Amino acid sequence: MVALQGITLDVGAGEIVALVGDNGAGKSTVVNCVAGVHPPTSGQILVEDEPVRFTGPLDARRLGIDVVFQDLALASAQPVYMNMFLGRELVTGPLRRLDRGAMVVQTQTLLEELDVRIDDPRQAVRELSGGQRQGVAIARAAHWAQRVVVMDEPTAAMGVAETERVEELIRRMRDRGRAILLVSHSLDQVFRLADRVCVLRRGTQVGIRRTRETTGDEVVAMITGLRK
Amino acid sequence: MISRRYFVYVAFLALLAFFAITLHDDGFLSQTNLLNIVRQTTPVTVMAVAVVFVLSAGEIDLSLGAVVALSALVTADVMQDHGAVLGVAAGLGVGMGVGAVNGGLVAVLRLPSFLVTLASMGVVAGLARTITDLRSVAVEDRGFIDIFGSGDVGPVPGLAFWALGAVALGQFGFRHRRFGAHVLAVGDNRAAARATGIRVDRVKFAVLVISGTAAALAGILYTGRVQGASYTLGEQDLLTVIAAVVIGGTRLFGGQGSVIGALVGSLIMGMLTNGLILSGLSSSEQLVAQGLLLLLAITLTARPEGDPI
Repeated sequence: MVALQGITLDVGAGEIVALVGDNGAGKSTVVNCVAGVHPPTSGQILVEDEPVRFTGPLDARRLGIDVVFQDLALASAQPVYMNMFLGRELVTGPLRRLDRGAMVVQTQTLLEELDVRIDDPRQAVRELSGGQRQGVAIARAAHWAQRVVVMDEPTAAMGVAETERVEELIRRMRDRGRAILLVSHSLDQVFRLADRVCVLRRGTQVGIRRTRETTGDEVVAMITGLRK
Repeated sequence: MISRRYFVYVAFLALLAFFAITLHDDGFLSQTNLLNIVRQTTPVTVMAVAVVFVLSAGEIDLSLGAVVALSALVTADVMQDHGAVLGVAAGLGVGMGVGAVNGGLVAVLRLPSFLVTLASMGVVAGLARTITDLRSVAVEDRGFIDIFGSGDVGPVPGLAFWALGAVALGQFGFRHRRFGAHVLAVGDNRAAARATGIRVDRVKFAVLVISGTAAALAGILYTGRVQGASYTLGEQDLLTVIAAVVIGGTRLFGGQGSVIGALVGSLIMGMLTNGLILSGLSSSEQLVAQGLLLLLAITLTARPEGDPI
């Protein structure tokens, strides 16, 4: 029994591709394969036409692929700037001391560029609102992902206003030339953001459509198996 | 209202003022007594610095006290035939070894540190009793005693330098190195740490090795101070060390810690013991007081940061 089979999916620079499907369709497995969390047992992942093999998340990150996980993967008691550089902290001097000053400044700049409104990057993440936390996770991915950003349900359980802000952030990342793979349950969001939509059902790929050339009804039919 | 971050300093000053007033006639504030507090506190401070790393990583080391006794006995025993250098190396080796076994079981087999160190506490305490048949071992090496226990530098006890050295090293590693940041991240959100490429298992292994080594050093310092080793050394230290660390602002459940806070916390525990002795309380009553203080500290640390006390 395999979790996924027959998936052929490409995402280009400056493009948003949505991945949709019912619970258990295999969306998270695709995310975990691309993120290096679960290396695929067969098949290939190509980055700029070169086959790559990930043994862990670090391999994916080295190739410029970063993930915004559904739970955001933030350390809530740590300051925003430390979360931004988690696992890749800046150091300075012969003793390789943490360069907190530089991390604070770079975080401030990045948050301003992406219009994520946080008073002070030294604030602990737990002091932020849900939207601000999402902003931090996305800004982190935008900062480190040179090629691909994978986003797993980036606006789940968010209010309307916060969802709008996060979607604006996603558009900004696309405009910066990142390839974005977006997992979402919200078809409205998929049609607002994505250039193409890939539908999964029970671990197989049902089809890929350009969002301009399909309808919500057709995508729902593909998700539920009423149309192949 | 005071933030939890500053609680330890306020508590320190309040306790100092309380004993200074109530025990004024018993010489609490005399130089001899204050230096005595420093001497008695040093092994606890050394362990407290290490335990800041352990608790901040979301782990715990219950084998500390047992390692103190075993490493002290091994140091004293080896020293008798092979000299102080080998004795100290053997003692530290014991601590490092126990820490490595604890760390290996936690990191590789993914066993909970609470259970692993509870088990190793029993094994190590049993070994400490076995290797010398419950006998104490005297130490007569003058150089060892001067460096690790009874020596003074001018008016300052040599032990104070061990405490300051441990705090300086701990503060540098915890606050200024990537390792400290990774320890906090692992204790705060293990899955997030793993997802961002932090080697969670290595961090867990390292903090338990640090803890074992610090407990061994504490055992060696006790050996120097009392000029001998016994299986009873460090018996009460687990409670004292954890109380000192938690009072100092380190969160029992990980993600937050303070080395300077642990230093002040251990001074509070030292002052408390000293003050209670001067007040004429028995050792059993001192234990009750320490336990109550730990309970207070845990009550406070369980609250979310930012909540005023």
